[in-house]
Amino acid sequence: MFKILQKTLSTGIATNPYPQTAALVSEQFRGRPAFDFPAWQDARPAAEACPTGAIAVRDSGLTREVAIDYGLCVFCGECARVSYAGGVRMTREFELATRSREGLRITAQYELYADGTHKQLISTDEAGAVTAVTAEMLGREVERTVRQALGRSLAIREVDAGSCNGCELEIVALNNPVHDIERFGIHFVASPRHADMLLVTGPVTRNMEMALRKTYDATPHPKVVVAVGACGISGGIFGSSYASIGAVDRVIPVDVYIPGCPPRPEALLHGILLAVYRLARA
Amino acid sequence: MMNSLLRELREKLGEHVAPVATESSAEACFQIAPGDIPSAVEYMRDRYQARVATVFAEDRTPAEGVFYNYYVFEQAGNPGYLILRAAIPAGEPRFPSIAAQLPAVNWQEREIQDWFGLEATGHPNPRRVALHDNWPDVHPLRKEFALDQALAPFAGEQHVYRPTLGEGVFQIPVGPVHAGIIEPGHFNFAVAGEPILYLQLRMFYTHKGTEKLFESLPIPRAVFLAESISGDSAFSHGTAFCQAIERAAHIEPPARAEAMRVVLLELERLYNHIADIGAIANDVGFAIANAHAGRVREMAVGLNEALTGSRLLRGMVCVGGVREDWSGAQLARLGGALDEVEREFGEMVALVKSSDSTRDRLEKTGILRPEKAEALGVVGVGGRASGVDRDVRRDHPYAAYALFPFRVPVYREGDVWHRVQVRIDEAGESFGIVRRAAAGLPGGPHCAPHQPIPADRCALSAVEGWRGEIVHWVRTGRGNRLERCKVKDPSINNWPALVEAVEGNIIADFPVINKSFNLSYSGTDR
Ligand code: SF4
Repeated sequence: MFKILQKTLSTGIATNPYPQTAALVSEQFRGRPAFDFPAWQDARPAAEACPTGAIAVRDSGLTREVAIDYGLCVFCGECARVSYAGGVRMTREFELATRSREGLRITAQYELYADGTHKQLISTDEAGAVTAVTAEMLGREVERTVRQALGRSLAIREVDAGSCNGCELEIVALNNPVHDIERFGIHFVASPRHADMLLVTGPVTRNMEMALRKTYDATPHPKVVVAVGACGISGGIFGSSYASIGAVDRVIPVDVYIPGCPPRPEALLHGILLAVYRLARA
Repeated sequence: MMNSLLRELREKLGEHVAPVATESSAEACFQIAPGDIPSAVEYMRDRYQARVATVFAEDRTPAEGVFYNYYVFEQAGNPGYLILRAAIPAGEPRFPSIAAQLPAVNWQEREIQDWFGLEATGHPNPRRVALHDNWPDVHPLRKEFALDQALAPFAGEQHVYRPTLGEGVFQIPVGPVHAGIIEPGHFNFAVAGEPILYLQLRMFYTHKGTEKLFESLPIPRAVFLAESISGDSAFSHGTAFCQAIERAAHIEPPARAEAMRVVLLELERLYNHIADIGAIANDVGFAIANAHAGRVREMAVGLNEALTGSRLLRGMVCVGGVREDWSGAQLARLGGALDEVEREFGEMVALVKSSDSTRDRLEKTGILRPEKAEALGVVGVGGRASGVDRDVRRDHPYAAYALFPFRVPVYREGDVWHRVQVRIDEAGESFGIVRRAAAGLPGGPHCAPHQPIPADRCALSAVEGWRGEIVHWVRTGRGNRLERCKVKDPSINNWPALVEAVEGNIIADFPVINKSFNLSYSGTDR
């Protein structure tokens, strides 16, 4: 007993105060790939290298549409690595959660040279590229909001609808003393019947579809659904196949999408806080 | 050795036994007839104490008019692998089951039935395993089956569990959605009061068509799929896959890459062992130990991120080596952080060991007897806690492991506590391995440049993931793609061990026994 106390006291406070302060993200962390569209000379190598098709190129004659989908991105850095002439770089941004699937997509139109490189940028549509709400903004108010909306607490039921378990590792980490999600009055519960929120990872497999539907139906109203990770948002690298349905929103309605492969705990927290706002308004 | 083995097999089975060319000198392959399978397996076991590491099939009907079944053997003291291949004519889609003699292959043979439509004749329990009972009659790993083939919608549960009979005997179904934050699977307990009479398992809820998907991706992209087989073993599965491709194409990763892989493979073991020790303590009510474990694990995954850009070591391994080199600053960070993690780990372990009530709950709980472990072919942590002295790193050295000798902890008690003890000992060894590998990191490139991968080459690769033996086998295809990729996660070997270990224990101890094996559902289901 004495040893436990001694260890506890000598350790002090381990919690990382994010979102009140910035997250502790290392130099090397690969967050959102950022695209400098005017400077990007050729999207093809990046599209070719991208393992999930998050960068897609469609040419017609001497024009090209480049479609980028952060909902498919696994943050591998290949696009930046193969874009020797610049145009793509990896940033350390991770607060990417959005309230709509569209908010994760951006497109750019180019006029092309005969060799297929970009002559000039015609237009871009980046409406959803930047999340309007950072966790820092949410953090200040979130406690009050959770309290008002949910009577002091938010109960989450996690559903693994087919994931590789990577997302679950980071979701579990939300409960450790460093990320300590309980400080917001948010906790994970054992049954969907006690839950305000379903936190769902994917891809939804054929064999989990029914279980996911039943879990959704067992969750009382009002409820929010958060799709976690590239696979939960879009099917990710697994896509859809004989065994995989893919995106969670093909099975149940989704309110918030959290990109990542897997999303780091702070990214999960950001997305969950975003969803709390949604629930507070419901 | 191989010539004499060929002679022996010919004496035993007949002159039709023929050598099959392999890409790597660490693999020997012989073709046998399907009817030879039981006696060949028996011979390898009795004469060489060889163990079947994995059994799998391949559809070669478009190219050669046959299916192949592969039986991969390993033997103590021999770094090579022996593969026996049986050609199964498309017109006679069946092979003799060996599951009755060798329970270790029970599920793997049934996978072959489900995925290829080859019947394992004489199988003691030939029901479906990998495709649930409600699936239509399809065989997804046949070449004629398209990856995106549309199937009739899910029509509800049809599985029939073994009934539970007797006065006061209940059945308790649990899952697939569990109470904790864990992967989905179904457990059906038969209990008499509190003690568990037996456990029926049903897995493959997370079957994602991974092996089929491997056949459609260009090899560089397939590396990312390998990283997604089991999220806590991303680097191990990624490495197993890349090694298989490298062996198939005769690509030699530079010495620096091999040492960097060793560092990262051990860091993967460390972060998982740290988290597991905490979680096991937590399951018997020692929450403070788990809080410390969570903190130490954060330090470890923070180090992962500083070395690879990913907390879970993703996006680093590639065919030919690793994607990014390390700077002096990163290596300095590695040294400092490792010392800190080791010190904190030591204090956390001391805390767990000082708690008599924790030890009391973990000792003699969930015992897997050594004879059972051996018979079931249990691997990894679960095996070594029950007397199975195997470790791929030592027995079949890969990457730079031959340069860093280490101790393999083996216990015979087989209870939860000794599965914790194996993790404690292994983590201790890992700190040493990482330190030695990082200190002596050779100079030179971190990745070997290479041409597109030539078609129709086969190779095997094994890695000791933190959970146990991972095996990948590939046949390359045209256009820098794959014809086949077999993935064997250690979990597939170890589920039967869990069933064995829980018998007679009270149901309240199931979570901690399950956690002490901590098997991967996704790795099992793929
Ligand atoms: S970082 Fe994202 S967009 Fe870039 S290649 Fe990787 S998955 Fe594709």
